Amino acid sequence: MDVPNQAELLSLLRKMWIIRSFEEKVSEMCARRQITGLIHLGIGQEAVAVGVCSLLQADDYIFGGHRSHGHAIAKGAELGRLMAELAGRSTGYCGGKGGSMHLVAMECGFVTATGVVGGTIPLALGAAFVCKEKGRGQVAVVFFGDGAGQAGAFHESLNIASLWKLPVIFVCENNGYAEFTPLSAHTLVSRLANHAQTYSIPNVTVDGNEILAVRESVHEAVRKARAGEGPSFIECLTYRLRGHYEGDPGKYRELSELAEWKEKDPIARLTRVLKKEHSISDEALKQAESEARDLVDRASQFALSSPWPAAGEVDSLVYA
Amino acid sequence: MAERTYIEAIREGLSEEMTRDSDVYVLGEDVAVGGPFGVTKGLAEQFGENRVVNTPISEGTVVGLAVGAAVLGFRPVVEVMFIDFITLAMDQLVNHGAKLHYMSGGQLRVRLTIRVQGGALGNWGAHHSQSLEAWFLHVPGLKVVAPSNPADAKGLLKAAIRDDNPVLFIEHRGLYWSSGEVPEGDHVVPIGKAALRRSGRDVTVLAFSKMVSVALEAAEELATEGISVEVIDPRSLCPLDFETIETSVRKTSRLVIVHEAVLRGGIGAELAAQIQEAVFYYLDSPILRVGAPFAPVPSSGALENHFVPGKEQIVHAVRKAMGHTTAKQ
Repeated sequence: MDVPNQAELLSLLRKMWIIRSFEEKVSEMCARRQITGLIHLGIGQEAVAVGVCSLLQADDYIFGGHRSHGHAIAKGAELGRLMAELAGRSTGYCGGKGGSMHLVAMECGFVTATGVVGGTIPLALGAAFVCKEKGRGQVAVVFFGDGAGQAGAFHESLNIASLWKLPVIFVCENNGYAEFTPLSAHTLVSRLANHAQTYSIPNVTVDGNEILAVRESVHEAVRKARAGEGPSFIECLTYRLRGHYEGDPGKYRELSELAEWKEKDPIARLTRVLKKEHSISDEALKQAESEARDLVDRASQFALSSPWPAAGEVDSLVYA
Repeated sequence: MAERTYIEAIREGLSEEMTRDSDVYVLGEDVAVGGPFGVTKGLAEQFGENRVVNTPISEGTVVGLAVGAAVLGFRPVVEVMFIDFITLAMDQLVNHGAKLHYMSGGQLRVRLTIRVQGGALGNWGAHHSQSLEAWFLHVPGLKVVAPSNPADAKGLLKAAIRDDNPVLFIEHRGLYWSSGEVPEGDHVVPIGKAALRRSGRDVTVLAFSKMVSVALEAAEELATEGISVEVIDPRSLCPLDFETIETSVRKTSRLVIVHEAVLRGGIGAELAAQIQEAVFYYLDSPILRVGAPFAPVPSSGALENHFVPGKEQIVHAVRKAMGHTTAKQ
């Protein structure tokens, strides 16, 4: 694939800053009880969401997991309606009925997330089934973590996707921990991409904090899917810099490990590339961050000034 | 009217809906070769194997795949070979399929039909015989239908496929080879409408699926004793045509609910609660239930006969309901 030019790189950086700022704002709002519930932040994993979605079209479909605010933003969801959904307000994408783990933003192709680990992998196959039958070259992408790699749905789905040559891309964000437990305590298969090998699916393991490496692998996977060559599996090695959920003290991780991964922060890495190889000024880089923070501030204000859902909404839309 | 078996009626319903709407797909184990009972026989030849799709034995993922396809506009009909195996798809059906419309604030519609068959018959044992409808009545977002004859099997299936909600379509293996008249033309039976199978004055018996025919046999016998039984077949278990049931009970003042599933936690318990809340002061006797003992379905034929509720149990329950008063003249 072509090396992205300076404008494209800056756009990737901006998107990552928007996700980072959004997640930091959510964390702040959780602390103030302006957002309640189970909230899982993707701080540190922005390069996967942005890297993948930057190569998709508006009519491609993506599916998330429980840590998917970033995926929705990367696919083009509106920040205000997203934040309002997290805050349980009526102006949220789902009118407050979904929340952080059940985001749906169909207008941009974010079909759904899930509170069940591995739960959206079969759903993504369904989307890919539709894409294949319609024959318009659309693809479906599903994001999940290393914890999903031990779920039955994961293995069944890899098998069927391979068998039926479905245009689906499996993006495994291997952040090393399934909730509070390191991957090594759940499986002896340390490279989850090996499972794809078992099911004859082209696969690769990449540095998930290196956005250009993520894009390189996605580019090839998207090409294959659009050409009718079937599924691909991309394992992105990454790390969440926050706990499993907001409020998780994270005592199961060594501080040294956290410090080590902070050094590999995906935003800092792309920033270094822009500085060294494109001589982007500090001012321009700062601006990418401050613009993102402004957008997120406005989203937060929109959410908090939005009305709560009316009592009658509690059992509306149970049936279509 | 045309004479059809229950299997033929289902097949006709599938074929007509696949002809009518190119977004209807059939998926399941062995469906392209007709499945173990021949329900989908000939559909692959008629519509091609891209629309009548054989799947691996991966119920959870196949149901999930169908949910995913359904929210993007297809109308998949999944055959889960035995209702017993739907346990493997509970996450996809209950956590995803049933809730996506609500959780998405109405952005997604799960236009999905799941065909299952169940019931104890032929000594097939605890994994191929269960009646599990009650589990699904507890899940907001799902519709559940259980046809008792070929005409309803066809008409309800067509309604289920056209419905924008996930519908669990429960067939009874014991009805597969039974015959009945099926109306010609585009015969659609609306979901949520009960059917009066026999009019009576003294006791309302509510039965569905295979138990309808058993209840009618019981009613025939009771008539010789001067007890007039009204038999109502709800056809659709969720949504339930509560109005028809309530009207009948207001008239007869007595209700016996019959199902093949185990009694405890069955649909009878829920219905009894709802009915007594609505018509307590009209009742002349406690609401009685007939169902299977609280045990897995046994394999031995001798035991299976004791497990499945029969005519005698219904007759006994009706007599018991009448025990406190005399039959109305």
